[in-house]
Amino acid sequence: MSNPLVCSYAMRMRVHVDSSKCQGHNRCYALAPELFDVDDLGNAFELNDGVVPAALEDKARLAVANCPEFAITIED
Amino acid sequence: MTDTVYGPVTDWATDFDHGAPEYNANIHQIWDDLKAAGCPIAHTERYGGVWLPLTHDLVKEIAYDPTRFSSLTPVVQQLKPSQARELDPDALGAPIGPVPPISSDPPFHADARRILLPAFSPKQIDPWRSEVEQICNKLIDDMGDADIIDAAVQYTQHIPVLVVAQMVGLPLSDADRFRSWVDMVLGGIGAERNEERLAQFEAMDAYLTKHIEDHIENPRDDLTTYLLNSEIFGEKLSPRHVFGTILLLIIAGIDTTWSGIGSSLWHLASNPVDRRRLVENPEKIPTAVEEFLRAYAPVTMARMVTDDMEFHGVHMKKEDRVLLPFPAANRDEKQFANPAVVDIEREENRHAAFGLGIHRCIGSNLARLEMNVAIEVFLKRFPDFELDNSEQVTWSSGQVRGPRNLPFRINVRA
Repeated sequence: MSNPLVCSYAMRMRVHVDSSKCQGHNRCYALAPELFDVDDLGNAFELNDGVVPAALEDKARLAVANCPEFAITIED
Repeated sequence: MTDTVYGPVTDWATDFDHGAPEYNANIHQIWDDLKAAGCPIAHTERYGGVWLPLTHDLVKEIAYDPTRFSSLTPVVQQLKPSQARELDPDALGAPIGPVPPISSDPPFHADARRILLPAFSPKQIDPWRSEVEQICNKLIDDMGDADIIDAAVQYTQHIPVLVVAQMVGLPLSDADRFRSWVDMVLGGIGAERNEERLAQFEAMDAYLTKHIEDHIENPRDDLTTYLLNSEIFGEKLSPRHVFGTILLLIIAGIDTTWSGIGSSLWHLASNPVDRRRLVENPEKIPTAVEEFLRAYAPVTMARMVTDDMEFHGVHMKKEDRVLLPFPAANRDEKQFANPAVVDIEREENRHAAFGLGIHRCIGSNLARLEMNVAIEVFLKRFPDFELDNSEQVTWSSGQVRGPRNLPFRINVRA
């Protein structure tokens, strides 16, 4: 039997900002500050290794859909 | 309407003129007609030869390709870059360009841009909110209790210039002068290059040179002193670099945001349902601002072709210029559902109003702050207003598009 904790972790949605594509539009940080932060230059990165709590999955999708550079991806 | 030096336009597919007032006044119809006629890339021999791609794919491909498309001339002038250099041999050429970093190419560009980025990051810009709120409220106080106001002349045009002047360390009392430079540099691209125009450029150069010299002697806590103390590749920035960057901040920081706020208020004056929705639900303003940015994106940039080449079926020549109409990319039905509809609650909105690729507008966080606050304050103070039809709404000419007159009737003030 699989460990239910491991299983639920593995099924969590994860987000990732491709730093070679991010140009600092800051849409993700504005829409989902729980999931993304920006550095001193204004470039974005994901928080908590990109793990998205279930309650924030819609926000993660919104961030992806609003990135002008297509820099954010979701892994389920 | 006044024509440019090139005269009236005969055919928008083969003879367009982006400096003609009728271009900005009828821009959506012109693009729709061109696309309906199967013309994804329009051309003109005016301004030494310019191309106008209209789809999101084309605009993105060009913006992502600084090797074939240089940023040396972000504004398309009448003279080709080689002709301009003959007149001003000291001007900064590629890869730096006259107004770094917007006119710079890789690899110089990234280093020049990195100097400015921290000052415009979200965490540095957010604290300006209360200052912008004060500016907006003061402008409305100054309107007194007039029933008819001009929201462009009395409100939108003042907001960005007062913020930029403070950041750069320029006297706020010279705001009118900075706005006249913007009209001259951006609005006047199709005007005759006569002695009066050249004298205006010289006066601008002299003013800014004096401003920089004064900062060398009396350093202050502002962007001018910051730039004078900054280094690139282990050396202080050259005086020409500092001059160009300050000119850029003034020109690019003023009528872009002025236009963005103006188009948003024009929309709200013409669409009472949207106005009421935002008055009753001010928390929806940030999403609405993104839709105003998509639908009325003010800025079209330009690139210069670095070598003769075939590009999607057209033959581009070295030194041809290519316009990057981000506002046209924002109306591409392949990228946006119902792009001609302005939906202030549009949730999926990866618009390109601030550009795409390495030249993303460095002031985008400031522009967004100013647009949000300006709309918030205006709706709070004037919950009901409409266009006053006794006067015409006029639009700017050139690569930055926005209303220059906004005659409003104020129905309710709070």
